[in-house]
Amino acid sequence: MNVAVVTFPGSNCDQDCHRSVELAGGSPQYVWHRETTLGGAEAVIVPGGFAHGDYLRPGAIARFSPIMDAIIDFAREGGLVVGICNGFQVLCEAGLLPGALLRNRSLRFQSHDCWLRVERAGTPYTREYREGQVIRMPLSHADGNYYADAGTLAELEAEGRVVFRYCDARGDVTPEANPNGSLNHVAGIMNRRGNVLGMMPHPDRAIEEVLGSVDGLPLFESLVGTEVTAAARSEVA
Amino acid sequence: MSRFTVEVLVTPRPGLLDPQGKAIHHALASLGYDAVEDVRVGKAIYLEVAAASAEEAAERVEEACRKLLANPVTEDFRVTAETHR
Repeated sequence: MNVAVVTFPGSNCDQDCHRSVELAGGSPQYVWHRETTLGGAEAVIVPGGFAHGDYLRPGAIARFSPIMDAIIDFAREGGLVVGICNGFQVLCEAGLLPGALLRNRSLRFQSHDCWLRVERAGTPYTREYREGQVIRMPLSHADGNYYADAGTLAELEAEGRVVFRYCDARGDVTPEANPNGSLNHVAGIMNRRGNVLGMMPHPDRAIEEVLGSVDGLPLFESLVGTEVTAAARSEVA
Repeated sequence: MSRFTVEVLVTPRPGLLDPQGKAIHHALASLGYDAVEDVRVGKAIYLEVAAASAEEAAERVEEACRKLLANPVTEDFRVTAETHR
């Protein structure tokens, strides 16, 4: 599978995502944010970092980078788009995912491992996990406090669109295990159609033993192994 | 065309947790400002805008607020245009 990894000025996890796709058996290609097409990619990763310096709000300026129109069109056609960390913030700003990521409740930049419970297996991003599986990976953000109005949050829950939730090592969702104050302990969500995923923790930093965890690799293996229909393939310019 | 200074005040929506405001409130309380009952932190953005009237300047900036300067999910905004001094 050809996977576009978008690079904005200030992205710093594009290389991690590139390697993640490679290790999962896919073919990654970098796409600079000033491009206007995705070059026939079958999936898109919007990586972590500080796109455009996080000025104004994280993702607010990146959302208007030239490549974003192509990504929004691609997502609307059903194309697979995943945003990790800053990428999640960009997708929320772009309106591809509901809600927003606010400043961490602690007001601190949180940078440590976290535990996640896989709430939804069987999605294009979680087919290689078991439902309820507890996984560990790093998180690294100042603005990861997921917020959506009560109606939107209820909808996300009712439709099973909370894909990952912060938990402790045993899989219990406790207040202490919530690193940033996210409502309902949300760590990752999908859009209604199920083709767009956003998550704050970094599966791309948990793909090799040397990194301390390999729990992120199945996400990329799920993605790379997903059958893509012709409609959900980006146009080659 | 005249030049206007447009002030945009972006504030967290009511009911939204504002950890920054909470931290400042806490600091004020520890300095003895007991009368302060709540603190909310927003941001002010100043734009120099060329337009035919203050109304036109404000309208243009309100559009920019909806598009970029404020996030409608979490923030409210208020726009005031004054003749540039």
